[in-house]
Amino acid sequence: MTEDARVLEVSGEAGRSRLTFSGRLDAESVAGVWEEALRAAGEGAEVDAAGVEYCDASGVALLHELQRKGAKVSGQNGETAKLLKVFAEAKREAQSETEKPMSTLEWLGRTGAELASDLRDQLTFLGQMAVTYLAILRHPKAMRWTDMWIVFEKAGVQALVVVSLISFLTGLIMAFQAAPPLEQFGVDLFVVNLVALAMLRELGPLMTAIVLAGRSGSAFAAEIGTMKVNEEINALTTMGLDPVKFLAAPRVMAGILLTPVLTIYSDLMGVGGGLFVMLMKGFPIITLWRQLVSAVGVNDVMAGIIKAFLFGALVAGIGCLRGLQTKSGSTAVGVSTTRSVVSGIFLIVLVDAVFAVVYYAIGF
Amino acid sequence: MADEPVITVKNLTASYGDAVILKDISFTVNRGEIFVILGGSGCGKSTLLKHLIGLYPPAEGDVLIDGEDLTTSIGEDRQRILRRFGVSYQSGALFGSMTLSQNVELPLEEWTSLPADAREAIAWMKLSLVGLEEYGGHLPSEVSGGMQKRAAIARAMALDPAVLFLDEPSAGLDPITSAELDALILRLRETLGVTFVIVTHELASIYAVADRVIMLDKRTKGIIAEGPPQELRDHSEDEFVRKFFHREAE
Repeated sequence: MTEDARVLEVSGEAGRSRLTFSGRLDAESVAGVWEEALRAAGEGAEVDAAGVEYCDASGVALLHELQRKGAKVSGQNGETAKLLKVFAEAKREAQSETEKPMSTLEWLGRTGAELASDLRDQLTFLGQMAVTYLAILRHPKAMRWTDMWIVFEKAGVQALVVVSLISFLTGLIMAFQAAPPLEQFGVDLFVVNLVALAMLRELGPLMTAIVLAGRSGSAFAAEIGTMKVNEEINALTTMGLDPVKFLAAPRVMAGILLTPVLTIYSDLMGVGGGLFVMLMKGFPIITLWRQLVSAVGVNDVMAGIIKAFLFGALVAGIGCLRGLQTKSGSTAVGVSTTRSVVSGIFLIVLVDAVFAVVYYAIGF
Repeated sequence: MADEPVITVKNLTASYGDAVILKDISFTVNRGEIFVILGGSGCGKSTLLKHLIGLYPPAEGDVLIDGEDLTTSIGEDRQRILRRFGVSYQSGALFGSMTLSQNVELPLEEWTSLPADAREAIAWMKLSLVGLEEYGGHLPSEVSGGMQKRAAIARAMALDPAVLFLDEPSAGLDPITSAELDALILRLRETLGVTFVIVTHELASIYAVADRVIMLDKRTKGIIAEGPPQELRDHSEDEFVRKFFHREAE
């Protein structure tokens, strides 16, 4: 620390200390003496800067801080004196005010208000969508069908590979996990029942909806969010076009229509994964087919498909809503994308739980 | 003003692939000068700026900053040269996730060992130089376009650079804000002795601040005029230059 010793010398007693600066006061030397200087200085301290040969912003900042602590700075050259005068006249308050920690009560209040506001936004959006679709029912040409088919292709056809892989592997894993315990009781053929019912009633629609939330819901939020940041949504509004009708309606409609189709495909792939394991274990295909047909009914297939319609609407709707809620700034789009995936998956699981209770209650 | 060159451009040719944008241009910028690069749309002003600040390598020629060649330097040498100048981009290019104060503190955090409160004090100083001392805690999205440009200048000044490059600082600003920015440039030159290289085609700003200008031309891909703006306006022999300064259609 010989450099520090050269730029700063502290003498005198506490409360009447004298700080003598000399040499170059630049970022490097100031970094070494900043804390020591502020510690030594106080009301009534004297700061002598006559020996300073060079003083950059770091040096001026240090002298300014010493002045703020009540020290008397003297001997500085003309340029430094001019800058110190400029800063002495400016107010320095605003920054720390924004950094005040939030109390628990304030946090609870703010979180509650944000949740309530979000719920209100969701209900408003639901209402807007209902009104939009009623209008489209009366005037089908009002719907941007071309956009809908483009979304159908991007979110549906292009998702086939990932849905195939996830569903097939899910069926395969289930069969592998279920086979050994059932084999102990000599009922390993019932693996077919387990995989088929689980895939058709629960996992097919659930896995498809989760893939769509991660893949397409987030894409909707990012796309519409970027449009919001670039003021394209404002442009639509001022052109007299309703962003909900123009952007959300085709996407939500595509989501509603493609999710059941993808779910059926996912069911087939999942059941196929389970049957593949059973074939590997030496069961003849005709035995597996008969077991499958006896295990599942039309209601099992429909139980999954009915859910899929609602899951599709939820995933696409929440993606569009989060996009439309995007605030300004480059990070806002990322926030909306994350929120679309998190809320999408949460709502899917919540609605699935409601379906489970309802199906149980009505014996479906 | 002493004629001590701080930037020297020697026989610079700039191209994108086979498309030559600027051909064999040379000029110098002197210390403490406010130097303006101007020209019509598409003449290569921004391309030249990007070559001066080392974003694009020249097809031919050299760019010297304080006598050191930016185009051939690498590693720490290049970092050292880059720290001698600051750049304020046309859009401001402030980091949206950081407050104005954090934007200014970022280069200090990366390139110095100053403690956090020292960095905060310097950031406040720089922001107060551009009249934003009360906005340090705001995000860029929470302030106006003019404020964003001024904050970008504060960030560019964070490391006390010898040269500040400003790309279209007045673009999109109202006349009053634009005039305030001109006054800021003059004040910074006076108080800090900063050299400015400004790309613009705002005539009012050019007359207000420029010591010297060079005018680029799309047809010749070179410099067609050089000198103080008032002199070029009143005495240039080139018809395009005269029309440019008198805002006449071709």
